[in-house]
Amino acid sequence: MAASEQKLEAVDAASKSIAMDTTMIGSGDLDENTQQFLTFILAGEEYGVDILRVQEIKGWDAVTQVPNTPEYVRGVINLRGTIVPIIDLRIRFDMEQLEYGPTTVVIVLKVKSGDDHSRIMGIVVDGVSDVYNMQKDEIKAAPDFGDGVDSSFVSGLAAVEEKMVIILDIDHMLNSDELAKVQTISEED
Amino acid sequence: MSFDMSQFLETFYEESFEGLDIMETELLALDVGEADLETINTIFRAAHSIKGGSGTFGLDDVASFTHVMETLLDEMRDGKRDVTQNAVNILLESVDVLREMLSTLQAEEELDVDRIASVKLKLDNLLAHVSDDDAPAAVAPPTQEPAPIQETVTESPSESSVGWIIDFKPHIDMLQTGNDPVRMFRELDALGELNVTPDTSFLPEFLMMEPENSGLGWMLTLKGNILKSDIEEVFDWVEDECDLTITPMVSSTTAKPVEEIVEAEVISEQEDPTPIPVKEATIEKVEPAAPAPAPVAESVTPAPSDTPAEDKPAAAAKAKRKPATEASSIRVSIDKVDELINMVGELVITQSMLSQLGEGEEFGESEVEKLKNGLMQLERNTREMQENVMRIRMLPISFVFQRFPRLVHDLSGKLDKKIELVLSGESTELDKTVMEKIGDPLVHLIRNSLDHGIETPDVRVAAGKPETGEIHLNAYHEGGNIVIEITDDGAGLNLEKILSKAKTSGLVGENDKLTDEDIADLIFQPGFSTADVVSDVSGRGVGMDVVRRNIRALGGTVDVKTTVGVGSVFTIRLPLTLAILDGQSVVVGDEVYIVPLVSIIESIQVDTSLVNGITGQAQVYRLRDDYIPIVRLYDVFNVKPMYDNIEDGLLVVVEAEGKKVALLVDDLLGQQQVVIKSLETNFKSVEGISGATILGDGTVALILDVSGLIAISKKSKKKVRKTTTSVAA
Repeated sequence: MAASEQKLEAVDAASKSIAMDTTMIGSGDLDENTQQFLTFILAGEEYGVDILRVQEIKGWDAVTQVPNTPEYVRGVINLRGTIVPIIDLRIRFDMEQLEYGPTTVVIVLKVKSGDDHSRIMGIVVDGVSDVYNMQKDEIKAAPDFGDGVDSSFVSGLAAVEEKMVIILDIDHMLNSDELAKVQTISEED
Repeated sequence: MSFDMSQFLETFYEESFEGLDIMETELLALDVGEADLETINTIFRAAHSIKGGSGTFGLDDVASFTHVMETLLDEMRDGKRDVTQNAVNILLESVDVLREMLSTLQAEEELDVDRIASVKLKLDNLLAHVSDDDAPAAVAPPTQEPAPIQETVTESPSESSVGWIIDFKPHIDMLQTGNDPVRMFRELDALGELNVTPDTSFLPEFLMMEPENSGLGWMLTLKGNILKSDIEEVFDWVEDECDLTITPMVSSTTAKPVEEIVEAEVISEQEDPTPIPVKEATIEKVEPAAPAPAPVAESVTPAPSDTPAEDKPAAAAKAKRKPATEASSIRVSIDKVDELINMVGELVITQSMLSQLGEGEEFGESEVEKLKNGLMQLERNTREMQENVMRIRMLPISFVFQRFPRLVHDLSGKLDKKIELVLSGESTELDKTVMEKIGDPLVHLIRNSLDHGIETPDVRVAAGKPETGEIHLNAYHEGGNIVIEITDDGAGLNLEKILSKAKTSGLVGENDKLTDEDIADLIFQPGFSTADVVSDVSGRGVGMDVVRRNIRALGGTVDVKTTVGVGSVFTIRLPLTLAILDGQSVVVGDEVYIVPLVSIIESIQVDTSLVNGITGQAQVYRLRDDYIPIVRLYDVFNVKPMYDNIEDGLLVVVEAEGKKVALLVDDLLGQQQVVIKSLETNFKSVEGISGATILGDGTVALILDVSGLIAISKKSKKKVRKTTTSVAA
């Protein structure tokens, strides 16, 4: 009980800080070249997603498991009447799994998949961080890491106050074809 | 035109298809010989609105085609023409062609010009013969090489001329319906050189004048080579609100008798009004006999009155039509909407009552009581609203049934059988989605009854039955299902023949003992047919299994009862809607799954003495005389079960596609209606899962797809082996 309250507070605080940031930014200095990103923390790194794709941020809650799906698909939840799949990004990126804590949140995203069809999906991350305004030319293309590292989900890297933010290509990352592909591979194992 | 007509186009198509359905039904109801005027009127009105609409939307092919039909119907209406079987058949064919035209236009595809032209020629031929018997066959056009296709030949040559004299006298109230003569004149002017002479002879006295009334008449002369139909089109909307006479202007080259009343001054303009010139007499005579002189450059199929030639394009067009009609709108009666609005009103009242309760400072005993009452009311409102919203999607099954009289009419003619189709329960309502998908299986079953069920008249008479066979199509509600019965009084299924066929084809073992019902059920097996002759109608052995599969896919069942010599009854049971499902909740470990109630045969406690292992790889359960494979749900779904021992769990025996399996679950919860939610909307389809639903506590439960589960359980034998060894019974 206490844990969940604490969790909610954390989420609340996070979303408040976002709200504050957005008001601070104001709409005046937004132009065509500026994009806003919501960033979140995953294993100490900061990742960013296009803020216009973010539907909502909610605390982690129990999910219904879906059988015969890749491990990173935690399950599905009921989001006001629609069934939304939840994907654990740590497992997706082959990171060490972490016990879900009070700051663990689900970021609900709108993902475009091909022919004008969009899906709603949730990603589990360690915690939300900040909202940044970025000029398009500030975002640098990701370097080639070689075969060992799959960088196809990374659409670019950006530096914010000495820190590096990894901008994710969520359409690619959460594409259903991609999900299906990984699943068949894991089945063959 | 400045505004966008496309938004109305869809409505036009919909209404036109409805109109065509009406025409078809009424044509079939038309008694040859003594036609009911009201019936003809109904057909005429439907044709007229399609013509009007298609003209408005610039679908000239449709408009000109309908125009010919309309002319024919008009003559029938005025009693100038007898209603012959031939005419009705051609009109029915025209309805088909029109339907194809509209659906190809709707799908934005190319029109089948040949077919349209050939049917139109038939209509033209018919129109040319005031008293026709079997004439069209005789006047089949000379076998000429198809000229380059030219779509817009609408009128026979005598109907166009160098000019027209139009006598147009609006009724006194024409202007009140929003029709503006000036606009019409402008349209006429666009056709050719127009001269307008007002006729003030009807003008009331000045004191009697009303600004909204029309007191003028006009005499118009229109010069140029213009089709009469084009002129008529301009006056389409005011046809019933004016006296209109259109007369060809007589010139030195073309002449035509003036049949209609013509003003004296017009006559004076003509060269020689009274005696009929020789030229025009010949035109009159030649025109009907030679329907395809130069201007009628339609590509003509050699024998348009032959049916086989046209059947193929029809079938091709039908196949194409499918996708266009599937996504469409729905018409809801205003009563249903009103009811719903009332209910929303009640819901709002309940809501405000509850929120008032919530705002109160004190929350004592009496408030709890009120709260309980309010919640009860809310529950009732919600349930009623759910039922009503579901009913919006419900349509009477007559939408499906109405196509069958035509089918039976056509097929019985082809098969030389006398068959009467009796429909009942047409007002039984069912979900639109179910309705769309049940049509094809029903067509198949009815064709089968026609072809295999009902005997030929001589066989029937010999068997002491009435010459005319009867197929009875009935629909009614039973519980949460709709039941459709197709009863025929034919020969019934030949069970011996079915059994021997099944044995030779290896479907049934030589020594298997089958009940009569089992044998009858064999007809639903893939590739099974007892017909000696593969006919056009049926007998290829594909079909009944498809029928069963389609109905199963809708969550329904189909079975057959038959008595030799008396007939057969096919019974289809379908859920009323696809959006809600009757389910049994089962528990496996921490998860709750929903098993569709229709697929459950029974649920049993495990008696370990009846569990047998097969080569250590799989387990079967002996249920009476059956051995049923056991599928451990926790294994298939990789969840941790509450119980590892098989005797602690429960077996739910389910059936899909004729196969039974026993699902091992931890526990059974209640039965409930669940609303089906798609997993694919935001995710993807998952094997063994047909969808998801939201339980009362807001969590998601997955709905099992039984046939998918059976498929998985076969695939993952390897996994099963690992666990079964530890729990060998």
